[in-house]
Amino acid sequence: MRRWLVALIITMGGAAGAAASGLERVPAIAHPATAKECGECHMAFQPALLPAGSWLRIMDGLADHFGEDASLLADLTASIRAYLAANAGRSGDPKITRITEQSWFAKEHRFSSAVWQRPEIKTKSNCLACHPRAEQGSYDDD
Amino acid sequence: MNRPLLLATALIAVGMAAVAAEPARDAIVATYSRQAQNENQAFNGFSTARGERLYLGPHAGGNAETPACATCHTADPRAPGRHVKTGRAIEPMAVSVNPRRFTDAADVEKRFGRDCPNVLGRPCTAAEKGDFITFLINR
Repeated sequence: MRRWLVALIITMGGAAGAAASGLERVPAIAHPATAKECGECHMAFQPALLPAGSWLRIMDGLADHFGEDASLLADLTASIRAYLAANAGRSGDPKITRITEQSWFAKEHRFSSAVWQRPEIKTKSNCLACHPRAEQGSYDDD
Repeated sequence: MNRPLLLATALIAVGMAAVAAEPARDAIVATYSRQAQNENQAFNGFSTARGERLYLGPHAGGNAETPACATCHTADPRAPGRHVKTGRAIEPMAVSVNPRRFTDAADVEKRFGRDCPNVLGRPCTAAEKGDFITFLINR
């Protein structure tokens, strides 16, 4: 009973924290193939950052992944696809595949274009430029 | 033999062993060597110099943003690189500083499969793959 209560409080606390100001903490990736394959060319984004529909679109279109061929072997693609969909976020527009084009992203990142153009940032998808613990799922360093 | 010299010799020996005695990498190079012979009867071994030219480019025909391997990996393969589009840090390519390079055959094929079209606008030949790895084993 007590263990359940503790779990419930932690869950509620986590949900309240996330709801208060968007997605400041999300679970880290717990699937080695996803961490490795998605993390080679960009930071491996946590599944909670997109809804399942967006992940399925991404994983079904790896041959043209935002202009790059990011194809993987079929069984690896299926395993990563399943992990991302099962752990996807519950909000967001499933028709949008870019995290940076989800409406919550714009609300959390109201910066002038001069900020985005800083050489160390390079692109909006470079979470680590401003969130040093982004790979652990922590985005509250702002 | 004095002690610093002994230590230096030992370190060099260890360093050489780390580069040379890697069966997985040797097997990858051997596979490309067999393929290169099949592609071209006149093939007579991989070349560090050809690998370096391939690495440094610049090449035409590929993605305009990536005219060379060195675009992302920098002109010094011992240095860390940076993905030209995403800004992602890339571990050094040179085996001397990154001994894990070229030890997973499937990974190596995956990267050539993506990056050769990006840089050259076509797949690499087996001879080019072997030259590239040979260059980076010797750096």
